[in-house]
Amino acid sequence: MENFTPLSSLLGGALIGLSASILLLFNGRVAGISGILGGALSPAPGDTLWRLMFLLGLVSVGAAGVLIRPEAFSVGPTRSVLTIALAGFLVGYGTRLGNGCTSGHGVCGVSRLSPRSLIATATFMATGALTVFVVQHVLRGAE
Amino acid sequence: MMRSLSALLAGALFAVGLILGGMTQPGKVIGFLDVTGRWDPSLAFVMGGALLIYAVLSRLFLRRPAPLFELKFHLPSRRDIDRRLVLGASLFGIGWGLGGYCPGPGLVSLTAGLLPVVFVTTMVLGMYAEREIDKRLRT
Repeated sequence: MENFTPLSSLLGGALIGLSASILLLFNGRVAGISGILGGALSPAPGDTLWRLMFLLGLVSVGAAGVLIRPEAFSVGPTRSVLTIALAGFLVGYGTRLGNGCTSGHGVCGVSRLSPRSLIATATFMATGALTVFVVQHVLRGAE
Repeated sequence: MMRSLSALLAGALFAVGLILGGMTQPGKVIGFLDVTGRWDPSLAFVMGGALLIYAVLSRLFLRRPAPLFELKFHLPSRRDIDRRLVLGASLFGIGWGLGGYCPGPGLVSLTAGLLPVVFVTTMVLGMYAEREIDKRLRT
């Protein structure tokens, strides 16, 4: 547990909760990243600009963060480009099929005690942990 | 105009939270999911902090008849558990465990190197693929 960062993680989480609350109060929207991105990929009139602005905020602050604190973006256990490509596809396909990801289901839906979000969150936590178990301990961290 | 500004602010704040929380370090995410190995519980604190704030503020804000810059709240209303939900969440979890990125941190890390660029590109392709396959299944 040498990398355990409870305080900064709790503070980071609180900011995520605040961001989601702002989007709810001002825009009446759920802060689900996969849903916001997915909706921006299938543009509907009057429902696209706020999505693009949210994504712009996300990416531009990320770009500033890369310049200011590059160590906060270290990749960690090496994964090949092929593995990351497969991971991305599964994340994109799965979050659209299941209508949400860590933010929409894991934070917003679980906060509302939505049965769909509780089931989805338990499911992706379980398959995520199982995948890491197979990669790190069965395949011994192979790519 | 105001709708765009608040969305921009929310996106910016969300990114700060993800960076501070350690979510843009795939190794840390994999450490959280590695429950039988050197488990790093940090991410539970990210989720806990977010849940704590959102559970309180969202209940407060939802007492209003409408949001400030929109005519009504747009909240998911479905409660049924179907195969799509469970299969989708399963596939997402596998991808999350493989790469250590979920959608938000992937987008925030976009300029950090080749791997996040590859991740975001194939994630968008996966979203398009789901939409196209879904269209075909429905016709």
